[in-house]
Amino acid sequence: MTDATASLTTADGKPLKAALAASQARAKRKALMLVAPLFLFVVITFVIPIGQMLFQSIYNPTFSDAAPALDEWFGANPQGTVPDEAAFAALAADLKLMREERTAGAAGTRINYDVAGTRSLFTAAARRADDLAPPYREAILALNEDWGDPMIWRAMRSASSAFTPDFYLAALDMTRDEAGKIVQVEERQRVYKKLFGRTLMLSGLITVLCMLLAFPIAHLLATLPLAKSNILMILVLLPFWTSLLVRSTAWIVLLQQQGVINSALVALGIIDDQGRIAMIYNQAGTIIAMTHILLPFMVLPLYSVMRTIPPSYVRAARSLGASSWTAFRRVYLPQTLPGIAAGALLVFILAVGYYITPALVGGADGQLISNLIAFHMQKSLNWSLAAALAGLLLGGILLLYWLYDRLVGIDKMKLG
Amino acid sequence: MNNLKKTMILTTALVATGFAVSAQEVNVVSWGGAYSASQVEAYNKPFTEMTGIKVNMIDADNPASPLKAQVEAGNVTGDVFDPEVSDAMRLCDEAALVAIYPDDLPSRPNGTPAIDDFVDGALRDCAVANIVWGTVIAYDTTKFPNGLPTTAADFFDLEKFPGKRGLPKNPKRTLYLALIADGVPAAEIYEKLGSAEGVEQAFAKLDTIKNDVVWWEAGAQPPQLLADGEVSMTTVYNGRIFDAMVSEGKPFDVIWDGQYMDLDMFAIPKGSPNPEAAMEYLKFATDTQRLADQAKYISYGPARKSSAALVGLYKDGKTEMGPHMPTAPNNMTNAVLDDPEFWADHDVELSEQFNAWLAG
Repeated sequence: MTDATASLTTADGKPLKAALAASQARAKRKALMLVAPLFLFVVITFVIPIGQMLFQSIYNPTFSDAAPALDEWFGANPQGTVPDEAAFAALAADLKLMREERTAGAAGTRINYDVAGTRSLFTAAARRADDLAPPYREAILALNEDWGDPMIWRAMRSASSAFTPDFYLAALDMTRDEAGKIVQVEERQRVYKKLFGRTLMLSGLITVLCMLLAFPIAHLLATLPLAKSNILMILVLLPFWTSLLVRSTAWIVLLQQQGVINSALVALGIIDDQGRIAMIYNQAGTIIAMTHILLPFMVLPLYSVMRTIPPSYVRAARSLGASSWTAFRRVYLPQTLPGIAAGALLVFILAVGYYITPALVGGADGQLISNLIAFHMQKSLNWSLAAALAGLLLGGILLLYWLYDRLVGIDKMKLG
Repeated sequence: MNNLKKTMILTTALVATGFAVSAQEVNVVSWGGAYSASQVEAYNKPFTEMTGIKVNMIDADNPASPLKAQVEAGNVTGDVFDPEVSDAMRLCDEAALVAIYPDDLPSRPNGTPAIDDFVDGALRDCAVANIVWGTVIAYDTTKFPNGLPTTAADFFDLEKFPGKRGLPKNPKRTLYLALIADGVPAAEIYEKLGSAEGVEQAFAKLDTIKNDVVWWEAGAQPPQLLADGEVSMTTVYNGRIFDAMVSEGKPFDVIWDGQYMDLDMFAIPKGSPNPEAAMEYLKFATDTQRLADQAKYISYGPARKSSAALVGLYKDGKTEMGPHMPTAPNNMTNAVLDDPEFWADHDVELSEQFNAWLAG
């Protein structure tokens, strides 16, 4: 008997093994070609820009580029060295360079992030840099004696390396003291940790509220006859299809002090005109509007899971003597867990990054961390700090996601 | 009439150079709303009429943000931007803007060079002012039957003048008002704000109304808050509230005490797509007649002294614009001038404290 596999050939005489490999490779190439556009799209529009943005949180060369001589002096002299004549000579040389290259403003802004009120020190000194002559120490201190402040030299030292953890420190309400030791910022300036905490707390609360509201709706949708449940489904989806801004503004109309609800309560005599309730431009407004906006993200996964649960299970439990509460708790609820898990994750992650709704209805105490990221992107233009805050937020979410995977299991999640 | 003729000759000369480079388009990024509308009427339409260069008006919440973003990304699409003076100076220091020389700007019709014609602080290395605007207190006259508020201190008096207050959600236009209301003279504001005690004092004063403040962010919000009855008094950009009072006939009035005066600038970013047309536009828009024309459409003061005399009636044909100008002498008795140097140094620090105070 000959070796069967070796002698097997296709109709045109090629060995079967080779022919199979060739056709599989072709299929693989085709599959790759189909995926390539999406892959490229994701890389170009998502991975690269976000990577670049996050890179800014640890890399800020504005000062190190503008001040090469100081960089050299800091390299040669360890932390704690009192700035000598050579240091001031390096500063003078860099100020002249800043004047030529018009970088004094940018360099000063970078130091100003660390030590407030120093930006004008740089722009003013650079403007007069050409008049500086040795001895530089006296000349520069004569311009402004603040140049002798050890805090400024400490800030220049940490800014003179382009790679820096400074922005992550700032994002955690920390800074360095004169000796370079990491310390907390003054109490009146601590804002970021408080807002990170509030963001997580509010997002958790909104997730729980969504869950409580969505569960009965989804159950109703899943158990009603199809004709009725379709109409209900449209009621769920209609707001989902409406613009976010329209929905946020609609809540303003409803909830504001001269708004529909307050006016109705006054007309009914439940509250008097002076006692109108503040339901918007505060934390309550943020919670109400965001719960409403995120509700469909909880209803839809729950609904799709509940549809697949046969009603006979609960009936069987009841017929075996379980009370309705026990049947719900021990039989129905555990089967909906994949839907709850998916909905909770979706709502929580969306809530943590929410920006426009708290900006519109949040007032003073309904602001989330994303509003401060937007502030640093758009107003203060301190993109490195914005990137550090965003990086911390992203890291926090990934950590929670990992915990969630360990506790609930991502594979148990069911989106539909 | 003679002035007009000279202006015509001047602008025709500008047109000629404009045509020589054959630029056909210029993108102007401005603040939107009634403000952009006034620029379209006073600058863009006559500019297109005279030069044939199309002007595209683009709205931004704060034109300095797209300016910085475009320059950093190396993809500049706007030609002329309308930033605030502090942003213009910062961007100039960061080498993002084209230098503008006062000698290049059109002189007065009677020959006075531009440098002597603009108000103080209007000509900067990379930017030239177009208008002077004020942040003022406005109130709903129907809410106070027992006497109207007249001073900044009244803004903080919740007992005599009940109702919510509207304030912008930033330190720049809130802290000074608290100090003015606390009796600090306008001239000493920056000295106070530069010290920890002064900032403390401002926040302490703000604490007295903190629970009754509705915070606004965009310039269009405060007139709406007043109209909705959501607040009884608010600070507001004077042009916006003029629009609500005169064009829409709302029962609002303005307190000029403690107004915060600010300049708006025109600046050209480096690497703009139509630099020659942008410069022509900038020169055209900041000449005496054009600046005076803008006052016909919005109540912002022209940045040229020579324009003041040409300011006449509002576009409705009956409202005298003079008393509504932030630059009118009666309106300037207790005015705080914007200090871009101070804010470049302290904006970050005070913003952090302000945000911490808000969140607390």
